[in-house]
Amino acid sequence: MLRYLVRRLLLLVPILLGVSLLIFFWIRALPGGPAESLLGERATPQLVQVYRHRYGLDKPIYVQYWSYLKVTASGDLGVSVASRRKVIDEIKVKFPATVELALTAMLFAIIIGVPLGFLAAKWHGGVFDNVSLVASLIGISIPIFFLAIILKYIFAIRLGWLPSVGRISITLDTKHPTNFYILDALIQGQWSVLWDVIKHLILPAIALGSIPLAIITRITRAAVLDVQNEDYVRTARAKGLTPQTVDRRHVLRNALLPVTTVIGLQTGLLLSGAVLTETVFAYPGMGSWLRDAIFNRDYPVLQGGILFLAVIFVLVNLVVDLTYAIINPRIRYS
Amino acid sequence: MRTVSTRLALALVAFAALVAVGTAGGASKAGPTFIIAGASDPTYLDPALVSDGESFRVTEQIFESLVSLKPGTTLIRPGLATKWGSRNGKDWTFQLRHGVKFTDNTPFNAAAVCANFNRQYNFRGPFQDSTANYYWQAVFLGYKHNDSSGLSTSLYKSCTAKGKYTAILHLSSKSSSFLPALVISAFAIQSPTAMKKYGANQGELRNGTFYPTGTYAFSHPTGTGPFKFKTWVIGQKVELVRNNSYWGPKPKIARVIIQPISNNTARVQALQSGEVNGADLIQPTDVPTIQKDSKLKLVNRPSFNVAYVTINSAHAPFNKLAVRQAVAYGLNRAGVVKSFYAGRAQVAQEFMPPQLFGWTNKVPKYPFNPTKAKDLLKSAGLTLPVNVDFWYPTNVSRPYMPSPALNFQAFSASLEQSGFHVIPHSAPWRPDYVKHVNDGTAGDLNLIGWTGDFGDPDNFVGTFFKVYHPQWGFHNSAIFNILARAAAETNLAKRIALYQKANIIIMKFLPGVPYAHSRPALGFQKKVKGYVASPVGTDPFAGIYFGGQ
Repeated sequence: MLRYLVRRLLLLVPILLGVSLLIFFWIRALPGGPAESLLGERATPQLVQVYRHRYGLDKPIYVQYWSYLKVTASGDLGVSVASRRKVIDEIKVKFPATVELALTAMLFAIIIGVPLGFLAAKWHGGVFDNVSLVASLIGISIPIFFLAIILKYIFAIRLGWLPSVGRISITLDTKHPTNFYILDALIQGQWSVLWDVIKHLILPAIALGSIPLAIITRITRAAVLDVQNEDYVRTARAKGLTPQTVDRRHVLRNALLPVTTVIGLQTGLLLSGAVLTETVFAYPGMGSWLRDAIFNRDYPVLQGGILFLAVIFVLVNLVVDLTYAIINPRIRYS
Repeated sequence: MRTVSTRLALALVAFAALVAVGTAGGASKAGPTFIIAGASDPTYLDPALVSDGESFRVTEQIFESLVSLKPGTTLIRPGLATKWGSRNGKDWTFQLRHGVKFTDNTPFNAAAVCANFNRQYNFRGPFQDSTANYYWQAVFLGYKHNDSSGLSTSLYKSCTAKGKYTAILHLSSKSSSFLPALVISAFAIQSPTAMKKYGANQGELRNGTFYPTGTYAFSHPTGTGPFKFKTWVIGQKVELVRNNSYWGPKPKIARVIIQPISNNTARVQALQSGEVNGADLIQPTDVPTIQKDSKLKLVNRPSFNVAYVTINSAHAPFNKLAVRQAVAYGLNRAGVVKSFYAGRAQVAQEFMPPQLFGWTNKVPKYPFNPTKAKDLLKSAGLTLPVNVDFWYPTNVSRPYMPSPALNFQAFSASLEQSGFHVIPHSAPWRPDYVKHVNDGTAGDLNLIGWTGDFGDPDNFVGTFFKVYHPQWGFHNSAIFNILARAAAETNLAKRIALYQKANIIIMKFLPGVPYAHSRPALGFQKKVKGYVASPVGTDPFAGIYFGGQ
């Protein structure tokens, strides 16, 4: 297990090198640069030249990449061209916001999706199964941003039940020691703040969680259908175990294996979906931050932010792989 | 079934009650709170080190300059100085207001004024970076010791504190255009004590970008203004509270919160849902949404921009006046303004907005007249149609040009009617278009514009025409000279006359054709009263109150 873990962690190095190479050249392939973006009409040829020199953009591309690698390897992700703050400092604020949103969205998808999929399999071919199939198709087909806009219009603007923007009511005075607002509110025992943060999460989490919800429902359904016809399930039933015990101990536990894989992959994908959701809800996370960085041609933010997300994506998948062993003792890594 | 329905209904009611969010504004324990949405966080809160509107939106409330603007205009009025003047145009004496204190309880006086100007004059190294000190470089051109060959001799020379309440700024050459620039927050007076205590003069270039390393610019900005800084949560809010020791009329609102919402639609929706009381930078497409909402209202920001068609005089046959006049008569400017600005613009007759002194109605006018345009082309000895390479930008919407492609199509059609054959040419705004315009390689004609930085004609016609620019491609000593004289003239009446004359000369020479001054919009809840939008975008919040308050 330990050897496996070390090997996977070592694999991070070539993966990150590849990612850094891709990001570096992709960003530079985009038209424009920070000077033109920041200066607008005031981007005189002289000023553009000054900016290019300042950011080292007038050097050969391989020299730029090498110096970028050296600086990044030392842990310095640079300074944002637009906000002028250290990229790492911005990540410390933005990343917890996105994690909180992504986890809430995933929690929503799991809590609703797993029981739905399980029941659909149990009532295979029935009305419930067909309704859940149609609902899943709608969930997968509907664009996140569209759903977000609809939810926002109905529940925030028309009904006024939930907030339309942000992460917390800005009139609240509270401290954020970890920048995970739910955790902060719990640590400080601020229940009204906790509820306020949850209210801000409800709509974006539903919008963001719609696709994973649909996928989890379908995967759970398919897995349960497979597993409940396995020999060991029949044996368990034959041994006289109650249906509930068979479902809990044998069916659900084994069916959760592919579901866990999907959850892991979807959690990574939620980070990309967050770009749209965070933009619609003006939610101050990684997604809206990177979107603004693309418009501003903010190279350090794009390079640092995407590299950071790549690391997280790889780590999440590693955690998923390791979770297999916990869920299914038959799997052993060596 | 009934029980289930009742439970469901009760649950829904409970949910609605729980989630019902408090709307913005109105009284809280601290007093009335005004919440306004901007587009982004401020950069820093040390006004000497920023040049963006979002930073100035905050610093304008905390700090004051020697002179200020009459709300809603570009007219200068007393600020921290009650009187000012100069006999020779080089030594400017400011009589300072008595009994004013910074919010750290230290006194405002002539020594503080000199300390502030000397601070920027003595900036070295990273502080001389244009990302750090843009407005000082734009107005005063250089420093005591220039660290870059791109900088000029400083216009600012020294400052003398004569007693407690008289400060004299000494310039190295005659200038008047610097005075209107002093209203910019970048030249506001900050507490020298707080700046020293919290390391305002500590900073470095990190990866080519200026970064303050002291805490002053993030959490201790200290001025004399009607509000004082309370907190800044990056990405969420800047919070200010009323300065109860303010020397002037105390603000009626106790607290101001500025929330960054970068998405334009989300900003308007936050206004609709009542989460904010006001929103700036409303897009023309969102104007009808606000107009239709019975709880909301629009506030117009006076025009402080100009959209124009560049004519590159270096390209034949546009070096001929008659051809440039034909272009002016061939552009249906009134049609474009009427069709594509949603009633939020006026036709421009010259290269600066009517709100600025020096504007005159006596400039030659060029109403749309295709017949006259054709006659002028023939009189220039040309065979019709005359080819014209006409450029417009894509992927952009500017305050003065919401839909460049629509403007271009309408202008093309009217030029085709007027004896021209338009060869269309588009380029993405970033980076190609602006670079080509500035380099003078964006065809014979191109669409572009300008939004002013401060209330002085030098920031408009001076920026465009005081010296040769490849964009325009002409050398005209009459225009260059009169604009240089106007920038240096200290007598306001004479300055106005010079700029009026310059505008007439420019519009006779026709280096380009100005066509629109647009009015940006802000949205507010109807209960918000007393908000006066400034043409230069630095709106004071001190006069705001809520209806019924």
